[in-house]
Amino acid sequence: MRRFHSLKALLVAAGLAAAGPALAAGEVHVPDTRFSFDGLFGHFDRASAQRGFQVYKEVCASCHSMHLLSYRNLRDLGLSDAEVRAIAATVEVQDGPNDEGAMFERPGRPSDRFRSPFANERAARAANNGALPPDLSVIVKAREGGADYIHALLTGYADPPADVTLMEGMNYNKYFPGHQIAMAPPLSGDGQVEFHDGTNATVDQMARDVTQFLAWAAEPELEQRKALGVKFILFLTVLGFLAYGVKRKIWADVH
Amino acid sequence: MATGLHKSDVANPVLRWIDARLPVITLMQKEYGTFPTPRNFNYLWNFGALAMVNLLVMIATGVVLAMHYTPHVSMAFDSVERIMRDVNYGWLLRYVHANGASMFFIVVYIHIWRGLYYGSYKAPRELLWMLGVVIFLLMMATAFMGYVLPWGQMSFWGATVITNLFSAIPLVGESIVTWLWGGFSVDNPTLNRFFSLHYLLPFVIFGVVFLHVAALHITGSNNPLGIDPKGPQDTLPFHPYYTAKDSVGLVVYFIVFAVLVFFFPNMLGHADNYIPANPLVTPPHIVPEWYFLPFYAILRAIPDKLGGVLMMFGAIAVLFVLPWLDTSPIRSMRFRPVARVALFIWLLSFLVLLYCGGKPPDEPFVTISRIATLYYFAYFLVILPLLGRLERPLPLPESIAMPVLRGGGPLPAGAMSKPMEKA
Amino acid sequence: MADSMAPTAPQDGETRRDFLQLVTGAFAAVGVGAVVWPFISSMNPARDVLALSTTEVDLTPIATGSAVTVMWRGKPVFVRNRTAEEIQVARQVPLSQLPDPATDQSRVKKDQWLVLVGVCTHLGCVPLGQKPTDPRGDYGGWFCPCHGSHYDTSGRIRKGPAPTNLLVPEYAFTSDTQIRVG
Repeated sequence: MRRFHSLKALLVAAGLAAAGPALAAGEVHVPDTRFSFDGLFGHFDRASAQRGFQVYKEVCASCHSMHLLSYRNLRDLGLSDAEVRAIAATVEVQDGPNDEGAMFERPGRPSDRFRSPFANERAARAANNGALPPDLSVIVKAREGGADYIHALLTGYADPPADVTLMEGMNYNKYFPGHQIAMAPPLSGDGQVEFHDGTNATVDQMARDVTQFLAWAAEPELEQRKALGVKFILFLTVLGFLAYGVKRKIWADVH
Repeated sequence: MATGLHKSDVANPVLRWIDARLPVITLMQKEYGTFPTPRNFNYLWNFGALAMVNLLVMIATGVVLAMHYTPHVSMAFDSVERIMRDVNYGWLLRYVHANGASMFFIVVYIHIWRGLYYGSYKAPRELLWMLGVVIFLLMMATAFMGYVLPWGQMSFWGATVITNLFSAIPLVGESIVTWLWGGFSVDNPTLNRFFSLHYLLPFVIFGVVFLHVAALHITGSNNPLGIDPKGPQDTLPFHPYYTAKDSVGLVVYFIVFAVLVFFFPNMLGHADNYIPANPLVTPPHIVPEWYFLPFYAILRAIPDKLGGVLMMFGAIAVLFVLPWLDTSPIRSMRFRPVARVALFIWLLSFLVLLYCGGKPPDEPFVTISRIATLYYFAYFLVILPLLGRLERPLPLPESIAMPVLRGGGPLPAGAMSKPMEKA
Repeated sequence: MADSMAPTAPQDGETRRDFLQLVTGAFAAVGVGAVVWPFISSMNPARDVLALSTTEVDLTPIATGSAVTVMWRGKPVFVRNRTAEEIQVARQVPLSQLPDPATDQSRVKKDQWLVLVGVCTHLGCVPLGQKPTDPRGDYGGWFCPCHGSHYDTSGRIRKGPAPTNLLVPEYAFTSDTQIRVG
């Protein structure tokens, strides 16, 4: 009888599990890419994420904002305080009002947010044929398929099949829902970015690196979360055995 | 001892002084210490205690999250992400709170299932059951409003769709929706009042839980056999037997909870809710949180707007009258061979609805949803009332202690009388 | 029925059970303690708050004898460009006359520039004395209107209920004309 009841519990769990993927089901299968942050002990590849930041800065940032990030966050990627200050100082940030009541521009500080390429959504649309380049701060969390999808999208540009007529200004992408995407292939050719550490900047390498960077940007807590989770679950497992032992002892004279 | 004081047995003089004036210690001892509890509970009886713990976890994390959250349309999304990034352990608190809602519904659904299977809704526990349904309704309202607070796309469109349900009410529907919104669409006033109510309702739930437990302690607990304890040999003191057993379940529950929070924190959510709310663009697939899917499927199964809304609310309302729909005097499904099969098919229909609710509203899911909806209601309104008259139940055991002894193989000598001797 | 029930666990006197329960209880207590910490920690200043915990002040527009007030960590900071006379007055006072003895030299990095947290050490009001029209108290520094504390030109308490001198925040000269507070 008891086995029977646990079976029922399983059934309910199975029902829930079936609902999960059902919600996530997309039209196209996104290929699974291996990333250092996958898995139980996942962590970010700092070198890759730093290269990814470079790709973002030199390629993506001309259209895409990342307004939830501050320059100070880059310290988590292993950049020194001086490097972060230098990066922040390269942008002009609006501040004020000053004592005369006027707004003014000053060099950025580490506590400033990443500067957005456009003043507001209207300006962004106007500059991009009416399409809004989404903010990339949490893009990895905001897309089904997460990092795999971002990597697939960046490397998924192709010539359209014969039966597809592209609308004006659109590009064909194997993994974009509907396959017609307004964004032109951002990573167009090998060597588009010159990496400081000498890594060969192939399109796939740049896509991987920028995905690594965006994954970190979306979930900066990931490493702490997984490390804490392993410890906490180990602790609970021991506690579970102890609690079961106590229960057995207490019930020993009842059964 | 002066008149008007409670006669306390507490040994410690300070505690006795308090207990004589405010007998909380005697009360706790009576309700959670010596409280006679049927000796044959299985682990499904853990889930009431788990739900209680889950409510406390939600209130604790919620109160702290509210210290950092900003209920304004232009700041809500960013303030949630600030909690995730900048607040110390903010990510942990938020993921516990978000996944805690899912855990709460898992626990409560299993708790409800146990009530259905073992007939815990039957006399004399009708009011206990109805208070439980009230808690379930309050939970749904709280969870719905909580999901609106991050102000992502799913928050916004979920709020829009669910509040629009009320527009199905004839004549006053539109006015009610405008009143709910505090404007002409889901906007800042809506967000503000949802935040206020989301903070308030858990404490209302807490109050109803108190009544639920008070009612339980009048009627006593049901048990897997569904027969009443006949004497002390059928019961055990709640402490330490069931405190120990609940502790085991509690740790297992926390492990499942931890796996979700630490390794799959967004599995039960929607990616679209990480896109800030945009009143001009509806996401292509909008679905509610998983725990609403069965009811959402019922809503969509009905081609008529008002009919769909009525059926959806009816699916929960029918639970209120369940104690009178089930005409069989036998509580536990163990002794009802036909009704048991009917109930398992009902569970299947519930899970099918849960599955279809997450699918696009196309064939074959619409037809499947309709069949499942039909069975969902038929079970309560037709099958149970009829089976009470037609079904021949299996013979009931004489007492709780008897089958435990008979089924348990060779027995240690005096196992039955042992707890008695201690008394 | 309840009366006839055993009030507690059967007391078999097994020490092993007691030990197991003790270990389990201790383990659970450690777990509860670990769970409570994130709640407490979350109420400490968040990372974005800490990142804004320094303020830079440009000294060029502050004429001799005048002062500015800037915000630092949500509190006013007084930056005064002192006159030679004010410095002299501050340095002539014998330490024995001070309720909270401190030399003027120990309270400044450059004689002319006095930097203070503008919060009265009594109960947290903001003293007057920044604007030329403000009363500056009996000692030419600041005067707290809440309970009548008088501070001198070095920000030291001279008269009134405040127990200690106005606090000198941590600051550094990043150039001749700029300081960073915090």
